[in-house]
Amino acid sequence: MIARRQFLSTAALGAGALFVAPGLALATVPTERRFVFIIQRGAADGLDVLRPVGDPAFDGLRGRLIGDDAPGTKLDGMFTLHPALVETARMYQSGQALFVHAVASPYRDRSHFDGQNVLETGGTQPYAVRDGWMNRLVAMLPRASEEAIAIAPTVPAALRGPVQVASYAPSPLPHAADDLITRVTALYDADPQLHAPWSAALETSGFAADLGVRQDPASLGRLTAGFLTKPDGPRVAMLETLGWDTHVGQKERLGAQLRNLDALVAALRQGMGDAWATTTVLVATEFGRTAAINGTAGTDHGTGSVAMLMGGALKGGRVISDWPGLSAASLYEQRDLRPTSALDALIAGAVAESLALDPQMVGRRLFSQATTERPLTGLLRI
Amino acid sequence: MPAPAARLSPAAIALNRFGLGARPDDAPPADPKRSLLRQFDRFDPRPAGYAALADAGQVVRHYRAQQQANRMAASGGTNAPTTMPPGPAAAPATASGATAPTTTDLKAADPAAALRATRQDFRDDVQALYNEGVRARADAALATEAPFVERMVHFWSNHFCVSADSAPVTAFAAAFERDAIRPHVLGTFTDMLLAVEQHPAMLLYLNQVQSIGPDSPAALRDASRNPQRRRGLNENLAREIMELHTLGVRSGYTQADVTEFARALTGWSVDGMGGGGEGDPNRFTFRAAQHEPGSRSILGKVYADGGEGQARAALIDFAHSPATARHVATKLARHVAGDDPPPAMVARLAKSFTASGGDLPTLYRALIASPEAWAPTPNKFKTPWEWTISALRGTGKRDVGAMQIAALQTQLGQRVWKPGTPAGWDDIAASWLASDALLRRVELAQRIAAPLGQGVDARVIAPRIMPASLAPVTAEQIARAESPAGAVALMLVSPDFLRR
Repeated sequence: MIARRQFLSTAALGAGALFVAPGLALATVPTERRFVFIIQRGAADGLDVLRPVGDPAFDGLRGRLIGDDAPGTKLDGMFTLHPALVETARMYQSGQALFVHAVASPYRDRSHFDGQNVLETGGTQPYAVRDGWMNRLVAMLPRASEEAIAIAPTVPAALRGPVQVASYAPSPLPHAADDLITRVTALYDADPQLHAPWSAALETSGFAADLGVRQDPASLGRLTAGFLTKPDGPRVAMLETLGWDTHVGQKERLGAQLRNLDALVAALRQGMGDAWATTTVLVATEFGRTAAINGTAGTDHGTGSVAMLMGGALKGGRVISDWPGLSAASLYEQRDLRPTSALDALIAGAVAESLALDPQMVGRRLFSQATTERPLTGLLRI
Repeated sequence: MPAPAARLSPAAIALNRFGLGARPDDAPPADPKRSLLRQFDRFDPRPAGYAALADAGQVVRHYRAQQQANRMAASGGTNAPTTMPPGPAAAPATASGATAPTTTDLKAADPAAALRATRQDFRDDVQALYNEGVRARADAALATEAPFVERMVHFWSNHFCVSADSAPVTAFAAAFERDAIRPHVLGTFTDMLLAVEQHPAMLLYLNQVQSIGPDSPAALRDASRNPQRRRGLNENLAREIMELHTLGVRSGYTQADVTEFARALTGWSVDGMGGGGEGDPNRFTFRAAQHEPGSRSILGKVYADGGEGQARAALIDFAHSPATARHVATKLARHVAGDDPPPAMVARLAKSFTASGGDLPTLYRALIASPEAWAPTPNKFKTPWEWTISALRGTGKRDVGAMQIAALQTQLGQRVWKPGTPAGWDDIAASWLASDALLRRVELAQRIAAPLGQGVDARVIAPRIMPASLAPVTAEQIARAESPAGAVALMLVSPDFLRR
């Protein structure tokens, strides 16, 4: 058993190193409002992030997993926030964070890759929609003088589509010689597939070179803020985080993940300065995890989870939830948190209010396959 | 894909689309298809670099023994084992030889520091082993006389990937490719599948080692000793085998099938791990006491309880399922004939897979015979790994020398054996063709070209490695570059070279 504990601790270290993809992608739009989407790849466990300690079944399902962990921040009679989310709890207490619990995309199976595809494309089935909802969002905004721009080594599915989105991530490689750049540009300009990303790379590299950033969560938070606060810079950004698939040793691994997320959002808020007042951050995952813990001190793929909103203009300090309960009869397929809120509706409402767009139109454009849910509104003060 | 100007000759397709990229001294094959088939006899399943890797099981066993000794010392015990498996420091190609004595010195003084030092030694050893493994992989790709078969190794290694995100999986990552993939790349899919699912890298990566039957003798014994300590099922490996390795997602299995298969898999473990005790962590073992008793119903078929054989029988059935044939055929066609593989070709490959019982050389022959694979328009944007290997081959490298391939792949965004997900790396342009990625290739091309100086003339080499396929505008820009090294760098990042 000595060995078993050892492997759990090394797994935890590995998960920390994996946290940031690093994937930050941005799009330039002419507005002073900002919207940031942070995706949690791997199915984050909503029942551990925002613990429904007031549910009579919770202790039986999760007591052993939490053990003697610090109690976390009590938000109301039902919910307690994970103790690693220190800065997030402060935002909640100052009305700058809110949570939506028992939320899920339309996807009802348990494949990460299909689930992320549904979350990012905004379809109701995997691979039914080709481009991402963030790309369609950029297309809805009045175009800036400068083309849409992006930052990350590659473009995540949510941002893929007809609108060109560039990418940037910190690199220690030396810069290329001018003559080489000139000749590469001549060759790529004539190539329909290479022209747009190359132009974007040249624009982005000039600005990012000045920032000298690294790849840890706080640095990426500052980098994101650096781009979002640049005059005529991007106003829509996406960050990818990895490592949420906690089948084993969840207590240590999820704690490390959430500390990273907390540091990322805190650095972003600080870096935004006055612009935080018009910035909204959405954190969401492809699906949740089983209500019961598995045989290896972790949880397996589930359904309902939690989504978070942070921002300077939020009507925060509350948990939005039509709580389904955790009794055996209430669980989805007798194993998962039953979703009672639609993630699509939350995204549509949050995006629309963040960027001052019409919620119904945003819902139709971003989630055209969705049939019943109306965008969730009343999230922001502005 | 928008059509670029270049049109590829069949010789260039054999060298660059099927192979790993032409070398400057490769003569364009007169019969491109036959040149590929002939490679089946020239493949080296165990090149020197892979064979010389430090023994991963020994590294892990040494670490476990040391930690145990540390703990005994910490608890005041005097009966620390006097015989310990020989440390990896005794073997060449590991890093921690210099730090090993420190651990011993620390043990008496500060037990917590000793534990930390031992763990750090282990991580250093594992990192050294990983770097050597990546080097062995790249050296094999540069030296091979069977580049198409070597490409298939990379293909299957990604299909059945582990992700080296923890120290134990990292220790076994190179051994996984060497021992589970390479010996079977010209064998059958079933044999490769069984070798993969019984390899310590996979059993550790997808948590199978910790999964035990809730009603197994081991679980019942635990419960009787300590009711608080309940161990049980972990369905991670079962799900990914069905979703990723064999049948494919949305092919008709249910959550109940996954859970039943997870129960059948209980007891599959790694020797000397997960159950305590001595043993060789390089080896698969079946722990009967952890196996869930009873028959299992998976995809409508009942599997009688046969211990280890229960999950094995299900795996063999998965390997022969039409869903697996379609899944494998789709991925292979996508790898060679374009991001959206032609349905007729997929159907043909699936038929060949099924008819031959998953015989891989038969499948490759069907691939080579497919006209869609020889379309003259470049149809694949090279992944970072493909691009790096083809760039080194194209500039005449026979080994990686002092180049840090592992670090370089990290910069290009495709860390070897670390895709971060059991699905492996994407095989479509949209995942790789991004602005930052392009800029890094340009920067790196310059670094590859700089030491070559006057030694390599891109004006001569470019038409050789892309025979009868180079766009005139590319040749023109290469000829006008300000320096020989600049011309080589430009060749390596030309639209012609970025695609295959």
